[in-house]
Parts: sequence; structure tokens; C-alpha cells
Amino acid sequence: MTAVESTPVEATSPGAPITTTRGRAIRLTLRLVVLGYLTFILALPVFMVFWRTFEDGLEPVLRAISRPAFQSAFWMTLQITAIAVPVNTVFGILAALMLVRRRFPGRSLLNALIDLPFAISPVVIGLSLVLVYGKNGWFGEVLSDLGIQVIFAMPGMVLATMFVSLPFVVREVMPVLREIGTDQEQAAYTLGASGWRTFWRVTLPSIRWGVIYGVILTTARSLGEFGAVAIVSGKISGKTETLTTHVEERFQAFDLVGAYTASIVLACMALLVLLAMTVYQSGWLGRRIGRGHQHAASDETVR
Amino acid sequence: MAISMQRLTKRFGDFVALDDVSLEIRDGSLTALLGPSGSGKTTLLRIIAGLDVPDSGTVLLDDRDVTRVPPQDRGIGFVFQHYAPFKHMTVWDNVAFGLTIRHRPKDEVRRTVGDLLDLVQIAHLADRYPAQLSGGQRQRMALARALAIQPSVLLLDEPFGALDARVRKELRVWLRRLHDESHVTTVFVTHDQEEAMDVADHIVVMDVGRIEQQGTARDLYEHPANEFVMSFIGPVTRLGDAYVRPHDIEILLAPEEGSRQAVVERVVYLGFEVRVELTRDDGVRVWVQVPRDEAERLSLQQGQTISVRSRHEQVFAAA
Repeated sequence: MTAVESTPVEATSPGAPITTTRGRAIRLTLRLVVLGYLTFILALPVFMVFWRTFEDGLEPVLRAISRPAFQSAFWMTLQITAIAVPVNTVFGILAALMLVRRRFPGRSLLNALIDLPFAISPVVIGLSLVLVYGKNGWFGEVLSDLGIQVIFAMPGMVLATMFVSLPFVVREVMPVLREIGTDQEQAAYTLGASGWRTFWRVTLPSIRWGVIYGVILTTARSLGEFGAVAIVSGKISGKTETLTTHVEERFQAFDLVGAYTASIVLACMALLVLLAMTVYQSGWLGRRIGRGHQHAASDETVR
Repeated sequence: MAISMQRLTKRFGDFVALDDVSLEIRDGSLTALLGPSGSGKTTLLRIIAGLDVPDSGTVLLDDRDVTRVPPQDRGIGFVFQHYAPFKHMTVWDNVAFGLTIRHRPKDEVRRTVGDLLDLVQIAHLADRYPAQLSGGQRQRMALARALAIQPSVLLLDEPFGALDARVRKELRVWLRRLHDESHVTTVFVTHDQEEAMDVADHIVVMDVGRIEQQGTARDLYEHPANEFVMSFIGPVTRLGDAYVRPHDIEILLAPEEGSRQAVVERVVYLGFEVRVELTRDDGVRVWVQVPRDEAERLSLQQGQTISVRSRHEQVFAAA
């Protein structure tokens, strides 16, 4: 008698496409609903912003861009994003590694805590930061004695942005880490690689798509954050304005072209990030497929 | 390199994976750890590699205590059950990994990896990614990767488990040949007794975290220490308290000394041998293996009354 052990079952392929007339009608209706939804919720408003901005030609747009308040807001947004994204990426990968690979007391609490920024309104986050770091807050006195101003200054804005964009990398990387398992890392250990080298040569390359997607989402969130930053920055024009708060300020000053221009710059920055990632991804994929074709002929020589 | 394991115990929560196991593995031998799921065979292998640390007990590699030495410093080649290929690296980079980690000179890496890929016959696949390989090719790559660091011990976890029958038989022969040429101390885990008997020169039978018996394939088959080993290694049929190999039962047309009457229930042709299912006059059901010629000579029919006599009955003391 031999002991019977389960053999891995191959994944079943998804069902065959529906080919009946009724099936086709259902499919078409579903497509129309989805496309219609996307048009009215997403495409139309974005298109309208572009349309209204350039309605009177390029000249008012250029004037809006050359305004010092706009430029200050633009650089402020860039700087905040340049700090918040790397910090949250490193933290996110570490937190994901801990949550997936380690068992420690308080693990489920930490896991729940990660989602807090999703659960709480950004306005509340902004207020809570003021309570902790503001003039009358817990650390307020200590910080002002040290000559550090957090609230109504850039440090507070960076903190607020980091807070609201914290979960993305963690939440994108965790499922990928779970999926790759520990086999490859253990193989690296037996081949003599230290924990550090294994992380750089095996773990990080394996989770890179999770990391990249997390970075895209973190960047988009950092660029677009409004509520929390609006509270902690005080929205001082030309000093602590970001692009989003600048949009609001222009809008309330009835400078619609200024508001739209800033909006478009914001949108373009986010699109640029997306585009860069897509190009990187497709370039990499193309290389892989190319390799596959190159060898297709010699495939079955050894079995 | 000789491996010595002394009084190893390992628990995972309430589950006892290894229960006071001691085992010596000779330098240059090819050993199979054979047992059903949950017998502790994989845990034992992982402890030798340093991937698991025992709760108590010691592991010696040539008299050096390595119980708490990390896997990086043991110089052991490990082939994982599902091969654990580095998916983002080409076959070449996979095999070169252990050498580039050690900062070996480029020439040496090129030569070693080239030789190994030739040895495992996948040199033409060097630029591929693991996802583009068949199961057998992936297995060979994993083997080449483990051999690249010139390990003093080679450990394989269910090396042929996930392959189809034909590839499995080929790789078995191939592993045996590789071992005969290189003499690296090799230990592999399997749940397939035929595989263990085919490849290994020493078999260790395990069950529920303990070693039941060890020896050569022939020892285990002919002198099993207990009921578990007897029924795990080869076919067995039961006669009351006694166990008999189904080919150790004679079928006689007329009663003879020591025989009993039986009725033929079913005759199954399995190529070169025939399986006969019988019910003895005392109600015990038995199955007997006879060569095809023998079956033809007897020309057995369903419902026919014949006599049976067993040659080597084994009775084990109640556990």
C-alpha cells in the first residue's frame, strides 16, 4: 500500500463565453451601463475642467501659472509628496513584512491601526494633529521651545499627508507577500544569502508590482490631499498653500481660470506618474515576451 | 559528509512533528526518508538544513554541532518540493545565485554555471524564466542551483512529487546516476515506497514523528519490524492476526497439508500478473498475486472451490 497524498489541482479555466442572442444582449447592456457610468461620473467632469480652462485660449492660463502664489503652492505640493511618498514606501514595506511574516503580540491591533486613515475623515485627522502638535497641544510647548513650528508650517503638512496616504503601500504589498510565500527566501538562505541580501535580491523584486502600485496610489493621494492639509496649514497664500488649497482659494476669489489651471496641473502630475509606471511595466513585459519567442523553436528538445 | 541526529524533538503547537528521533547518515550515502503525510520526514529534512530549529536534540555534520547554525553557514544544498525558483531571474541567474552571492570571479561563475546546465541538460534554456519551463525542467534547474555551491550534503524534499509518471521515472534514474558519480551525501523525502526502493541505498521509514525501521529495501521488505512497515513497504494481505505478501500464498487445486479451502470471488488480469480475490472457509477474505502462467495453468473460474496455503506468514506483537 502506498500512502495517497493530494496532488496539486490545476486551476480551472473560466467558463466559455456566452454566445446565445440573449447572452449577447445582456453583455451589450452591461457594457453600456458601465460606459455610461464612467462617462457621467468620471470622463465628463474631467473633460469639462479642461474645456473651461482653455476656453479663452492659452494666455489666461499662462498668467495664472506665472502668479507667485501658484508657484509657491506648486513647489509646496511637490516637496510634500517627495517626502511623504518615500517615507511611506519604506514604512509600508516594513509594516507589510512584519504583519505577514511575524507573529507578535498586538499584531491584529497594528493591522487594524493601518486602516485608520481610510476610516477617519481627513478633516478629523487634521484637527487631531493640531491637538497634538499645535500651540496648546501635547508637544506644542516642547516644540516651540526648540523653535520648531509644526502647525501652520510645512512639517505639519507633511505629517498630515503621510497620515492620510499611509495605508496604500502596506495594503498593496501584503497580499503579494502572502502569495509569494517564504520558499524563495528560504532557498536564498540555503544558498548562502544573508537576510539583507535576500531582501534586496529576492523579496523586493518579487513584490515590486505591489510596491509600484502602492507608490502610485500614495503619490496620487499625496498630490490630491485637501482636508487634513487645509486644517494644519492655515492656507496662508504664497506660504503654506498646496495646489489643492490654492484651487479652493482661487475658486472663492471668483478666479475660475486660476482654479481650473491649478486643477489641471494637479491632474497632469498624477497622470504623469501613472504614465511613467505604465511605460516601465510594458517595457519590462515586452522584454519578457520577446525572450519567450526567441526560444520557442528549441522548446521541446529535452524532456 | 556524515550527518548525525541525536534525540530530536520538534513541536508545532500541539502537533508533535518529531518525537525523540535519532538517526545516523553515512558519508556518501543516498538515503530516503519514507513515510505518510505528517510522519515528520520533511521536518527532519528542514532541521538538517537549518530551516527549522529543533526544540531539543542535536544535529552534527561530521562531528560539528550545527543545531543552532543558520542555513547560510551550513553549506547544504536544498531542493524544495515545488522547487522555489527565483521567478524574476532567468535560469542562468537562478543557478548562478549562490556563486554571485559569494562574489566568485566572473570566469568561474560562467564556467560552473555552464557546466551545471550541461549536466542537467537545460543549457539551451539558460535565458528563460522559470514560468517558461516544464515541471521537469524546473526540477533540473533547482537541482543545478543547489549543486552550484558544491554542497557537502544534498537534501531533496519530495523531489519527484509534482511530476508526471514518465518524467518521474527518468529523473529517478538520473538522480541515482548523479549520486554514483559525485558521492555527495544525499537525503530525500518521499511518500512513495517504490521511489524509495528504486533510488535509495538506505531507507528510513517514519510514522507519526518516529522512526519505525531503517535498512536496505530488501531488509525492510523481507523482515519488516512491524505491521506499519510491512503494509507501507509493498502489498500485504491479512489472514486473521497474520500478515502475508500476496505473492506468498499458493493456490492449490486439491487440498494439501496446511491448506484451507477457499472460494474464488474474482479474477483480475493486470498484465504479467493476476490478482485473485478469495473467501476462505472461515470467512476471511484474501487476495493473492499469481504470475499469468500460473493462473492459466489453474484456469480459475469465479465460484470455483480451491485450496490456499501461505508460505511466510508474519505475526507482530500487538502494539
